[in-house]
Amino acid sequence: MKNHGRLLQGNEAMAQGALYAGARFYAGYPITPSSEIAQECSRVMPKLGGVYMQMEDEIASMAAIIGASLTGAKTFTATSGPGFSLMQENLGLAIMGEVPCVVMNVQRSGPSTGLATKPAQADIMQIRWGRHGDQELIALSPSSVAECFSLTVEAFNLAEMLRTPVVIAADEIVAHMRENIVIPEPGEIPVIDRAKPTGDPAAYRPFAPAPHGVPPMSAYGSEYIMHVSSSMHGPDGYSNNSPDNAARQIARKNGKFEHHRADIVKTKAFDADDAEVLFVAFGAVTRAARAAAAKLRANGVKAGVLQLVTVWPFPTEAVAELGSRAKTVVVPEMNYHGQIAGEVKKVLGADADVRRVNGWNGQIITPRDILKAI
Amino acid sequence: MSRRSEIVLAGSGGQGVLLSGTLLAEAAILEGANVVQTVSYGIATRGGTSMTEVIVDDGEIVFQQVEKPDVVLAMSPEAMKTYEASAGEGALVLYDTTFVEERQGKNLAGFPFTDTAAKMGNVGLANIIALGFLCAASGVLTQDALETAISERFSDKKRDANLAALRAGAAAAASVFAPA
Amino acid sequence: MTCATKPCATAPYATGQQYLKDGVLPHMWCPGCGIGVMLRACLRSFEELGYTNQDTVVVTGIGCTGKLDDYLVTHALHTTHGRALACATGIKAAKDDLHVVVFMGDGDSVTIGGNHFVHAARRNMDLTAIVINNFNFGMTGGQFSGTTFNGAITQTSAYGNPERQLDICALAEVAGANFVARSTPWHVDDLTALIGEALSRKGFSLVEVLSPCPTHFGSNNKMKKGTEMLAWLQEKTVPVDVWRTMSPEARTGVFPIGRLVDRNEPDFNARYREVGARATGN
Repeated sequence: MKNHGRLLQGNEAMAQGALYAGARFYAGYPITPSSEIAQECSRVMPKLGGVYMQMEDEIASMAAIIGASLTGAKTFTATSGPGFSLMQENLGLAIMGEVPCVVMNVQRSGPSTGLATKPAQADIMQIRWGRHGDQELIALSPSSVAECFSLTVEAFNLAEMLRTPVVIAADEIVAHMRENIVIPEPGEIPVIDRAKPTGDPAAYRPFAPAPHGVPPMSAYGSEYIMHVSSSMHGPDGYSNNSPDNAARQIARKNGKFEHHRADIVKTKAFDADDAEVLFVAFGAVTRAARAAAAKLRANGVKAGVLQLVTVWPFPTEAVAELGSRAKTVVVPEMNYHGQIAGEVKKVLGADADVRRVNGWNGQIITPRDILKAI
Repeated sequence: MSRRSEIVLAGSGGQGVLLSGTLLAEAAILEGANVVQTVSYGIATRGGTSMTEVIVDDGEIVFQQVEKPDVVLAMSPEAMKTYEASAGEGALVLYDTTFVEERQGKNLAGFPFTDTAAKMGNVGLANIIALGFLCAASGVLTQDALETAISERFSDKKRDANLAALRAGAAAAASVFAPA
Repeated sequence: MTCATKPCATAPYATGQQYLKDGVLPHMWCPGCGIGVMLRACLRSFEELGYTNQDTVVVTGIGCTGKLDDYLVTHALHTTHGRALACATGIKAAKDDLHVVVFMGDGDSVTIGGNHFVHAARRNMDLTAIVINNFNFGMTGGQFSGTTFNGAITQTSAYGNPERQLDICALAEVAGANFVARSTPWHVDDLTALIGEALSRKGFSLVEVLSPCPTHFGSNNKMKKGTEMLAWLQEKTVPVDVWRTMSPEARTGVFPIGRLVDRNEPDFNARYREVGARATGN
């Protein structure tokens, strides 16, 4: 009989994915609907020689995983909207200091405390632009328990490859859903580790220009002394306020994402090649969109789905290609303002027939809700 | 023919319907099916409504929520109020007569799960009695698979108590649904 | 060879020169400020205790004190305002064999970062926290902080500070720090000895350095000269042994200085190792 795996919750799968990727340091502050990630880590980390730290708040949680990552560890935290708001400050530090780490944001319904146990996809723009100072931040959005696992491994790989924080933009639905999943054997999914410096330690510059924009990263305790700063710094990591230096640093810190765009931006298409009605969806809502498309196909309408596996940077190419072929593009998402619909519209132009299906009452968007838009 | 069952288990927080759903899902995996379990609950550990949905399918499960249930278990009056109408749409609706007033009708069957559990010495087993009852009444899963799922999750006395509750539920279903 | 911009390499005592970046002196702090005196004491202690540039991580916050990492050639993390201790907690929890030294001002430590201060001390993280308390936000131009006295004049309390000051050492003590000490640049030998002790202790060690800020706090409060502020600090402080004999009334407005708390409770990493042993059954 085929191995149907075991029943695993999305949150547990994210924790397991992190362990698979080699993460052995978790710091966080429990919050619904992400707490199972913390609980799983608290049980597993001490057994593996890893660290589970429960911090005083999400500001400290983010700070702790940055500090730990600088010692060479793969580190992560998990939270939901209210905590993610607090993490923004030090997410900026991780971006400025180019510190790899993974942040799981299990989105729930807001604003503020909102409907604490109910799902939403309303932090999408907060993830993209929530910090002061503009910068790139990668976000991946799982639609199943299997993707909770695989995208977490992917998130760590991107974090390590690019020296950057990566956000898992999960939602309460996938996080609390249980599905049968076969956990891959070690080696089945590639695991990437950050590039370490070589050569003369005295010549090491942690923020120097490098091929594809990512300089090798030392670790605290290493002979390659590493100076990391939240302030604008030169290639050596020390404060440097010259406009030329600032221009170069910011261009490199953003340019590395452009160099690696093909590694970062991933989508999945379902019956989308000939789709006249194209659903653009992400996270758990992808499944409702696929069910709606199947119902339309059964009724002779050429419908398909483009799943944004990577939400940020925005998959402009795939949306442009499939979206311009379709007569109607429908964007279902669990928020009021159509945060992704706006991006789709930006890509396809003002004349395109882009329709929004929004849910903001904490209830799951159903295939029926989506079909009403057609 | 491809199997697909959509099951809803609903009650009050603390009645253990989520665990029943998880055991159901684990048993489905043992039978080689794909499974999705989703949950819905309030902000507190106790009280409020608590609901879980389980979909069992030999093929891929695309939309994760139950759209048209095949079987419903209602452990509280609130749950019964929400799901009673499903019986008219063809779902088998089972309910706990300890809390829900008995009623007659097509596709409806009540049994005092909680009273029976109390008589067995542990009201906390009502959810497992109901699970045994549900599986025997609906045939969505074999009792063997459920017993294996229970044995993998619990050990020693807890396992024995849960297995006894499951069997008591199955036996009760056999008597309720026995040909008159 | 001149010793004007750097301590002499040939000096017959610890200078801390190996930790100092080439070509950075003279430093940016104002004449009369206490940060330079404190830093010299620290670097000398690093050398005496055998810290290497490789096994030492200096963590700083934001403000005048937060500029200090730029003068050093150890591993370093210059963090966001108030978050230095939280970052340092992650560093130490992940890699126990590092010496983690955290430099903060009164803003970083107990104003914006008060929550992290309480919990780093409560966990008894094996860190050394050096707090330069100059009673105001110096870098931003002299506004009141959580340690500014009631009634003091600052750029945001022209009619006197309506708030009361927080006692940093008392806070560390009740939160559970292993080692708590206070000194001033006036008492430079005591200061150096206390910093050395703090650096050599396991668990959370705090040295509060009451520091002159003639540029802002002093000039707003009739002490424009560094020497006036030093004299004021001398006046405001008494050795802790003496302080303990004083009446509550006499203690008002007076800081005890010296070694205030000296305990030997297990630090976080030691307790976490016990957790690991229980988890693995060893």
